[in-house]
Amino acid sequence: MAITKETVEYVAHLARMELEPKELEKLSRQLEGILDFIDKLKAINIDNIVPTSHILPVSNVLREDNLKESLPPEKALMNAPAREGNFFAVPKVIE
Amino acid sequence: MELYNLTAHELLGKIKNKEVSPEEIFLALKKRIKEVDCKVRAYVRADKSEERIRESKNPKTGLLEGIPVSIKDNICTDNCNTECCSRILEGFKPPYDATVIKKLKEAGAVILGFKTNMDEFAFGSSTENSFFGSTRNPWDLERVPGGSSGGSAAAVAANEAILALGSDTGGSIRQPASFCGVVGLKPTYGRVSRYGLIAFASSLDQIGPITKDVRDNALLMNCISGYDPMDSTSVDTNVPDYTQALVNDIKGIKIGIPEEYFVAGLDPEVRSVLEESIHKLKALGADFKEISLPHTEYAVPVYYIIATAEASSNLARFDGVQYGLRVDKTRNLIDMYKNTRAEGFGEEAKRRIILGTFALSHGYYDAYYLRALKVRTLIKQDFDAAFKELDCILTPTSPTPAFKIGEKTADPLKMYLSDIYTISVNLAGIPAISVPCGFTKKGLPVGLQILARPFAEEMLFRVAHTYEQNTCWHKMEPKI
Repeated sequence: MAITKETVEYVAHLARMELEPKELEKLSRQLEGILDFIDKLKAINIDNIVPTSHILPVSNVLREDNLKESLPPEKALMNAPAREGNFFAVPKVIE
Repeated sequence: MELYNLTAHELLGKIKNKEVSPEEIFLALKKRIKEVDCKVRAYVRADKSEERIRESKNPKTGLLEGIPVSIKDNICTDNCNTECCSRILEGFKPPYDATVIKKLKEAGAVILGFKTNMDEFAFGSSTENSFFGSTRNPWDLERVPGGSSGGSAAAVAANEAILALGSDTGGSIRQPASFCGVVGLKPTYGRVSRYGLIAFASSLDQIGPITKDVRDNALLMNCISGYDPMDSTSVDTNVPDYTQALVNDIKGIKIGIPEEYFVAGLDPEVRSVLEESIHKLKALGADFKEISLPHTEYAVPVYYIIATAEASSNLARFDGVQYGLRVDKTRNLIDMYKNTRAEGFGEEAKRRIILGTFALSHGYYDAYYLRALKVRTLIKQDFDAAFKELDCILTPTSPTPAFKIGEKTADPLKMYLSDIYTISVNLAGIPAISVPCGFTKKGLPVGLQILARPFAEEMLFRVAHTYEQNTCWHKMEPKI
């Protein structure tokens, strides 16, 4: 399958990742190679096969809604690149 | 013989007999790291981090009282740098301990404050994708130690670690263990809590031990296994005493040899070392049977859809808001995300995020992601059928011995194929162990991999221990 620079640019936008023109070019080439390899999966008949998204029979794990100790604000914010009071500070979202 | 040459079980014996103190062990190890890590580079931030972490000065005597344990850089240790060897997590100090760390502390282990090197976010098979530069293979410093837990495996092989923890998503414990001539186990999915393991692919990741011999591996598994309410995918079943499985007897054990693993692409020297090991196990009483795992060839493509899809989702959290790097040039939120991620992630991380996002994106989801999940079912069914009449399966761990640094970095696909024998295990959720089984003519270690049904780690330990007791490979040490 042909992967254009535009496709990679669109996917990079979905992934919120700025890519340089050089990176776009290299990635579209590499992605094409990897997807060609992955295309061998198309040879298999998958009719009536149930997908395995998880190897264990997982179900929701619930617990009693009891008050428990949680991370204090100082600890929760100790790695924050920027903070204001007890909040993570980010660039203005609404003008 | 220095203290750092010994295994954990040997050191525990010496501590018990009051021949040595934990302090002497730690100092011996520290000296060894100082001597050889400038060549091996198994650890990161060794000069900047706290040396060791212990819960208290006088903990109650536990299973690993006084034994140093080295930790991969993606396992959270409270208030101690954990950066996944990525620039985007530079300076990150977790505000809590991973469950495995909590358990090790309770067992009295001495946790090294500086972590072992890895491929960024565990994306790689050679440890060359680390922000801190590559680790060297102790058997040949021009070669890679494997990856992504290359630092942990190299540290154990170079006697710079007594015990180490790694993580395995597609072979990241077993392949480096094989390349470095040490023992590495990927437990059954759900056996060990993933709480505090920085997620790569949540349906595949497991933490596991990398050790000098099989007994140490069982010992470490005794400490870290078990149900954890903090990990909803950990399984609430009884944890046996794995050291009880270490019997020197495999008479009548049924072992399958899958034809798909002994094909073109398998290095002839690795093949002949493996054939000798099979002879040895036959002589020890195991029954061998040739089997087929027909969907083997699809494991790598399935993996690179599922693992990258899960990774692209897991890595969305690295956006410059709560921790790590922030690049804010324009005071615009979306630009801040994009620039932070552009500068914070390395090349392989970007490639996997793009591939994973693509596979999940509108219009491609069914053709790639959903199809991969269905083929995963077929791969799992291959194993279910095989284990109906087998106790375990034996394969090479990797198709080649350790390759040269730089040999595969230009071609991502070539690198991905070095995990061809380890990936199916993660897709099926079963346990597998890699044990040293010989050397190539150039003196590079070769590993054999044993696979068993879910929660049959005891079978792995039994077969691996019997093999080890009747061979001397685990006693060989590299000259550094």
